[in-house]
Amino acid sequence: MSQTITRAERTPDPTASGPSRSARAVRTARRRAVLHWIAVHSLGVAAALFFVLPFVFLFLTSVMSDQQALTRDLWPRSWEWGNYAKVWDTPGFLTWWRNTLLYAGLGTVLTVVSSVPVAYALAKFRFRGRRLSLLLVIAMMMLPPQVVVIPMYLFWAKQLDLSGTLWPLIIPMAFGDAFSIFLLRQFLLTIPDEYLDAAKVDGCGELRTLLRVVLPMAKPGIAAVALFQFFAAWNDYFGPQIYASDNPAAWTLSYGLESFKGAHHTNWNLTMAATVLVMAPVIVLFFFAQKAFVEGVTLTGVKG
Amino acid sequence: MTTTAIPPSPELRAKRGSSALRTAAFMSPWLIGFSVFFAYPLVSTVYFSFTKYDGFRPPVFNGLDNWSYVFADLPMFWPAMRNTLWLVLVMVACRVAFGLGIGLLITKIKLGTGVFRTLFYLPYLAPPVAATLAFVFLLNPGTGPVNTLLEAVGLPAPGWFTDPAWSKPALTALAVWGVGDLMVIFMASLLDVPREQYEAAELDGAGPLARFRHITLPNISPIILFAVVTGVIQAMQFYTQPLVAGKVASGVMGGSGQQFEPGYPEKSTLTLPQVIYNVGFQRFDYGTACVVALVLFALSMAFTALLMRRRGGLIEAGD
Repeated sequence: MSQTITRAERTPDPTASGPSRSARAVRTARRRAVLHWIAVHSLGVAAALFFVLPFVFLFLTSVMSDQQALTRDLWPRSWEWGNYAKVWDTPGFLTWWRNTLLYAGLGTVLTVVSSVPVAYALAKFRFRGRRLSLLLVIAMMMLPPQVVVIPMYLFWAKQLDLSGTLWPLIIPMAFGDAFSIFLLRQFLLTIPDEYLDAAKVDGCGELRTLLRVVLPMAKPGIAAVALFQFFAAWNDYFGPQIYASDNPAAWTLSYGLESFKGAHHTNWNLTMAATVLVMAPVIVLFFFAQKAFVEGVTLTGVKG
Repeated sequence: MTTTAIPPSPELRAKRGSSALRTAAFMSPWLIGFSVFFAYPLVSTVYFSFTKYDGFRPPVFNGLDNWSYVFADLPMFWPAMRNTLWLVLVMVACRVAFGLGIGLLITKIKLGTGVFRTLFYLPYLAPPVAATLAFVFLLNPGTGPVNTLLEAVGLPAPGWFTDPAWSKPALTALAVWGVGDLMVIFMASLLDVPREQYEAAELDGAGPLARFRHITLPNISPIILFAVVTGVIQAMQFYTQPLVAGKVASGVMGGSGQQFEPGYPEKSTLTLPQVIYNVGFQRFDYGTACVVALVLFALSMAFTALLMRRRGGLIEAGD
C-alpha cells in the first residue's frame, strides 16, 4: 500500500489534471512526511532511553542510602553524596588511580612513538615483503592475548622477575602496537604522495619528511590512536589480572573495581558510586575528543 | 594545492623504495615486537602443548597427552566451545542487526542528530568491568530496576545472570548496549551510498523496503561482512564481561587468592579464554592450557584469514 502512495506522489498521474487533485496529493505527501518524521524521532527517543537509562539507574543508586540500595526503589529518598567520599577514601583507591594513569599514560606515549614510523613505512614505502608485513600486523591485531599469555607470563615473571608490577604491560608498548599501526597506516594512506615528493624536492630526508610534513598532517590519526590506546589500558582487566593480581599496590582501577564489589558485598550504592568514578573520566575525555574518536572507529572499519 | 603541480619524478619514486636499511630502521620497533611478543611465544605455546609443565619443574615431553585430555576429558572445554558457538551466532547477529538499525535510524533523524549520536555512542566507552557491574545490578533478579519495571507492566522477570538459560542473553544485552562502534561504522558507510541510486530507484517506483534491499544492502555488504567477522573474533576472545558477571552474580569476592570456578551459573558463561586462565594460572597445568590456547588461535586465525584474502578480502593490503 505504501508503495502505491509513494508512486502517486512522485510520478505525475496523467488522469489527475484538476488543481484540487494535485493539492490533495501535496497534502497527502506532507502528512506522510510529518508522520515519518514523528515515527523516526519516536524511535530515536526509544533507542536513546535504552542507551541512557542504565547510566541513570546507575547514578540514582550511587546516591541512595545503604538500606535503600537493597530495596526495589528507583528514586533516592535522600541524596547521599557522601557515598562518593566514602569510595574515594577506600584504602587503595588512590593507588589504583595512580597505577591506571601510569599504565594508560606511559603506554599511550610509548605506543604512539613506536607505531608511527612503522605505520609510515607500511603506508608510504615500497619494499619487498610489504604485503606480508601488513598481513602479519593484522594477524597480530586479531590475536587474542590469551593465546600467547603462558610463555609471556613465564618470560616476565620467572625470567625477569617483574611479577606484581605493571611493567610487563607497559614495556611491550615501546615496540609498536598492531592495532595502532594498522589504524595509523589507514590514516596515512589518505595523505597524498605529492606532499612527500615535494618535501624530497626541498631536500628533506625520510625522517625529516615524517617529522615535518607527515606528523602535522597526521594529528587526527595520532589523536585517535592515542585515545584508543589510553582507553584500552584504562579498560584492561586481563593484563593486570595476570601480572598484578597478587600485589594490590599494583592494581588498576578496572581490576580493583571488581574487588570493590567484594569488599562492599551488599552495598550496591557504594559499588555503583565507584563504577561512576571509573566511568566518568572516560566520558569527560570523550566530550573533549569526540571527533578523533569517531574518525578512528570509521578508519578501522570503512576505508580499506 | 601547489604541490600537485610538481611533476612526478620516476627516479624520486625509485629512490624512495630503494633503501632496505631505511625500511628496516622504520620497521624496527615492530620487527622486535613481532618476534618477542608474537613469534617467540607462539612457538613456545606449541612446544609447551606437547609437555607436562607446571612452571616450576622443567617441562617434560608427553606427546599428545594434553591434546587428547582437552578434547576427551577436560570438563570445561566443550561447554566453552558450545557457549562460543552460541555467542558467535546470537550475540554477533544481535549486535550487527542492532548496530545497522541504529546506524540507519541516525541517518534519518533530523533534529538533534549530534545529541542522539552521542547518547548512542556513550555505552561503547564504558569500561567493561564497570559496564558489567552495572548490568549485574540492573538485571539483579530480586531488586534490580529492570525486573521491577518488567513486573510493573506484567511481564515475566527472568533470573538473568543467575539462570543458566538467561545468562548468555543477559551478556548479549550488555554487548548490544555497547554497539556504538558498529553504529559509527554503519553510519559512515550508509552516508557513502550514492544518492542518485536512491533517486533512480524511487523513479522506478521502488518502496522503502525495496530500496533497502536492492540499493542499501548491496552497497554496505562489505561493511556488514567486516562487522560480522570482527564480531566473531571478539566473541571468541570474550573474557572480562562473562568472568566479572559470573563472579559478581555468584557472590564470589574478587581479588587475589579467591578460587572461582568460572562459568557461573552451571558453566553457562564459560569461554575459551577463561578455560586458559583457569587451567594455566589456577591449576598450573601450563601444557594443557597451551592446547586450549592453540585451539583459540586456530579459530581466530581462520576468521582473520577471511579479512585478509587476496581477492575479496576486506582489508586492502596493496601490492
